[in-house]
Amino acid sequence: MGRTLMMTAAAVALFSASAADAETLRWANDGDILTLDPYAHTESFTSSFLHHIYEPLVRRDENLEFEPALAVSWELVEPTRARFNLREGVTFHNGNPFTADDVVASVERLIHPDARARGNLSAVKAAEKVDDLTVDLVLNAPTPLLLNDLSGVFIMDAEWMEANDALTPGNTTTGTVTYASDHTNGTGPFVLESRTPDAKTVLLANEGWWDTPKHNITTIEFTPIGSDATRVAALLSGEVDVITPAPLQDTARLEAADGVVALQNPSLRTIMLGLNHGDDELDAAPGTGFNPTKDIRVREALWRAIDMDAIVEKVMRGKARVAGLMIAPPIAGYVAEDDVKPQYDPEMAAALLAEAGYPDGFTMGLDCTNDRYVNDEEICLAIASMWQQIGVDVKLTTQTKGNHFPKVDRGETDAYMIGWATLPAMDGYSPVRAMIASRDGEFGGNNPNGYSNERIDEIARLAASETDNEKRLAMISEAIKIAKDEIAFIPLHQQPLSWAARDNVELIQFPDNYFRAWHYKVN
Amino acid sequence: MIAAAAPPALWRAFFRSPKAMVSAAGALLLIGAAFLAPITAPHEPFTLGTFNLMDSELPPAFMAGGDPRFLLGTDMQGRDVFSAILYGMRISLTVGFLAVTISAAVGTLIGLVAGYRGGLLDAVLMRLADVILSFPTILIALLIAGIARAALPQAAAGEAAIAVLVFAIAINEWTQYARTVRGQTMVEARLDYVKAARVTGVADGTILRRHVLPNVVSPVIVIATINLALAILAEATLSFLGVGMPPTSPSLGTLIRIGNENLFSGVWWVVVFPAAALVLLVLCVNLFGDWLRDALNPRLN
Amino acid sequence: MIPFIARRLAQAAVVVLAIAILSFVMFRYVGDPVAAMSREDASVSEREELRTALGLDQPVVVQFWHFLGRLADGDFGVSYRTQRPVADMIAERLPATLELVLMATVLSLAVGIPLGVLTAVHRTGWMATFVQSVSLVGISVPTFVTGIMLILLFSVTLRWLPSFGRGETVDIGFWSTGFLTVSGWRALILPSLTLALYQMTLIMRLVRAEMIDILSTDYVRFAQARGLPAGFIHYRLALKNALMPVITITGMQIGGLIAFAVVTETVFQWPGLGLLFIQAVSFADVPVMAAYLLFVGLLFVALNAIVDIVYLIVDPRLRSGQS
Repeated sequence: MGRTLMMTAAAVALFSASAADAETLRWANDGDILTLDPYAHTESFTSSFLHHIYEPLVRRDENLEFEPALAVSWELVEPTRARFNLREGVTFHNGNPFTADDVVASVERLIHPDARARGNLSAVKAAEKVDDLTVDLVLNAPTPLLLNDLSGVFIMDAEWMEANDALTPGNTTTGTVTYASDHTNGTGPFVLESRTPDAKTVLLANEGWWDTPKHNITTIEFTPIGSDATRVAALLSGEVDVITPAPLQDTARLEAADGVVALQNPSLRTIMLGLNHGDDELDAAPGTGFNPTKDIRVREALWRAIDMDAIVEKVMRGKARVAGLMIAPPIAGYVAEDDVKPQYDPEMAAALLAEAGYPDGFTMGLDCTNDRYVNDEEICLAIASMWQQIGVDVKLTTQTKGNHFPKVDRGETDAYMIGWATLPAMDGYSPVRAMIASRDGEFGGNNPNGYSNERIDEIARLAASETDNEKRLAMISEAIKIAKDEIAFIPLHQQPLSWAARDNVELIQFPDNYFRAWHYKVN
Repeated sequence: MIAAAAPPALWRAFFRSPKAMVSAAGALLLIGAAFLAPITAPHEPFTLGTFNLMDSELPPAFMAGGDPRFLLGTDMQGRDVFSAILYGMRISLTVGFLAVTISAAVGTLIGLVAGYRGGLLDAVLMRLADVILSFPTILIALLIAGIARAALPQAAAGEAAIAVLVFAIAINEWTQYARTVRGQTMVEARLDYVKAARVTGVADGTILRRHVLPNVVSPVIVIATINLALAILAEATLSFLGVGMPPTSPSLGTLIRIGNENLFSGVWWVVVFPAAALVLLVLCVNLFGDWLRDALNPRLN
Repeated sequence: MIPFIARRLAQAAVVVLAIAILSFVMFRYVGDPVAAMSREDASVSEREELRTALGLDQPVVVQFWHFLGRLADGDFGVSYRTQRPVADMIAERLPATLELVLMATVLSLAVGIPLGVLTAVHRTGWMATFVQSVSLVGISVPTFVTGIMLILLFSVTLRWLPSFGRGETVDIGFWSTGFLTVSGWRALILPSLTLALYQMTLIMRLVRAEMIDILSTDYVRFAQARGLPAGFIHYRLALKNALMPVITITGMQIGGLIAFAVVTETVFQWPGLGLLFIQAVSFADVPVMAAYLLFVGLLFVALNAIVDIVYLIVDPRLRSGQS
């Protein structure tokens, strides 16, 4: 018997996943980071990951409020000149000291025409060194959201970039490749140890970090696992400690497993349906010569026909929050009184259609992604079925994001799914500028179907440079309310963040869906 | 087609073989039930608006909590799984039959001609096969689906999905028949009696039909039976990669793909029943194909 | 044989050019990279700028010309998604895919051929019927379901084998191999089995079909009548002749395996070419897609040429026609 036990023990040691030491955090996400170069991408997950290695001048704390990071204080010396006093005694991972030169070189690298992410700092014209630990940012115009922007701008090391010929960012068009795509040198709480794309990226705790660590993690082993089922299996089998995201439908199975907890919280991302405001006839019904969705009664009917409570309960497993506005509660500009949606009422919806002149319904398209949002395809199938029940003949198309968004952008859809999280700014101005302002140059980039309201267009321009925050937020709330009253979009819900972890890991789920391991503990 | 042309000997062999009768009966039953889905299915799972989200994920009728309306339970949308299987099988079979028929006919013809004639024609045809073989089914399907999406009006895109899938699968698979048939034809065409027949002025078509075709039938049937299953599976795989049938009219493969996402959630009936239907179908078709292959083999008679 | 090979290579060159054209045409239709590359709230002007910078606003013919020009210099370009050279990315992933495909091929031959002989020799026995039925059930289930089932059984329930990745790899020059570590071998088992299942059944059935034909030929009957040992007849005489279609199919299927590895690699997070390609498709990462297609195409052409040449060696009857 003793021998059997020993053999079993040996077999377990041989076959079970290698027993990691207590402070290793093995983390699986549904996708890999795109690059190690912080200015070569525009993806929030990659930003979230690189935040462990690189740091901004100001960062977000546990409540997502701004707190000093590489800058200790800041002031507006002129309406278009912001002065930052930098932290003393900070060193990069290779030992180089952090100075104003690094900030200047980083800003110049980011606003370089070749930088993929330069839109993240479009307000800044130049960076000027005042002394070794003081730097000025020169702005194009007064900018209320400068700190929001800067919290996503990671500072790189000027000397290191110069030594490795990485002062200019990579460029796909010219084939310029930079050293920074494969190597890092930041000031952050973790240091890059190794990286094999799509397989494993290992980070070690930075012993020389300027901040007092709240975490106790010595090693982060990051693995992308794209398949949902495999990711869940890897957690259940003990091969990883945290998975992001965890499929909602597997919540019960995960919670039933020993030593595993499912974590769910509302995120900032509002899922909504865009509508066709501009065309003379619907794209799915060419030749009819009319566009019913131009009529607000039809738009209201479509909204009232959607039983959101049923969708949240059944499709989202009770984990989403029904939305009446296009922004989530934590976002600046949100007003709770406005966040009320019309009651679900299919009879009234049918009556509204009849009143608008469509007693027998009409044909329209519904376009959705099947790989972008939580249970996106299932939501759309349910909505299509509900619309069909009030007499609308729905042509449902579900496709990958790579095909969906270009089609939406070309204005070839009648109703389409889109999610908006206002990231990285976390401010209600983002949908005002991008989604409900009329399409014109810098405005309405995500308003392809011709929604237009003069007051909203005015607000979009005024709020851009309004530095009195109270006034600015009042304007944004007004615009958001107009859009709601006119049913520019049909807000559906705020989708949940859904993670799962072994119960010895202490995590915080931030509503912006950032993973911030410097707040986490492994017990 | 085979039934009409079948000699009495084949029928006698058929009625002597329990394997042949059972598999043929099973296949006919499944195929019949699938093609008569509008009659045999109790619900209309492909008609939006006929199902209700509040009926979702009900277990099979014979289990606790089951609803007698839904024999094999319901899926995430509240659709009847039994009806969805019948309708889904109809789509899978349509795709499979069309793809196999087209690819086998085209492939065999090209293989015969290329192997028999040789020379420049052979080189051109086989290089064409190389080009097509260089593009895996999956990639071809992505291309064809993309072109169809760009070329067809939105209203027709859903209806065209079957044609797109058939084309995508068939265009890749004829090469298998062609290469195999060509190899066999090259060997046969160099045998003395064929050479003799050519010299004595027997028409090429006759030689191919009389002497070469019977010898390539066996591998063609092996490939065709296995390819019917493969076509159905290829459709499922394409659906896994996002270019299969739309979720409003799921095929058997699409049902399995959707059910597979819920494997951990305890709603086993949405994946087990469609998978069982697929296995049963493929098994019957293949067993019958096996028997037919042996029965048609001149050397075994 | 030399002129035959030379002609075969010339034909291959034409094929490669055709593939280049097709792969270029193909990626015009798989999505628009600009949407994937821009920030979520990018303005219209920002996106137009990017479109111009990428040259996507130019006529397709001009774009194709540029594509060919770069290709002629051996430059596969830079990935839209990662901004790294595509050639590096392909080279990085190649070992993973080739080791997976090699293992799957070996597995399918090692299991498929003996089972094929077995089921042919004991054609009517219960054992043969059982093996055939089980193999059919095995391939009736889509690969992605089989993969997940294997993971459920061997990783989650039994905890014997890893559910994802390649395990520890060892770098030998540019080649990173999983063959030199225990964890590498363990990680290889489930993905290669998943990938090999279909191929295994196909080979088994082909060998069976060919063997049955050959076993009924006169020279085998004569050998049996002379009292030669059954093992010698089955494996030396019959199997040798049954192997020609097996070579054809195996050679052709290696390319198919590389393509089908797309699904297996997705399920098992196997960091190979298939996974790279699927990510490229969802991002509309045109340079990576084009390079992948060209690469797989080239490989296919090479394999087909090899199959033809092996044909010549195995079946001397064909030589007279080619010389």
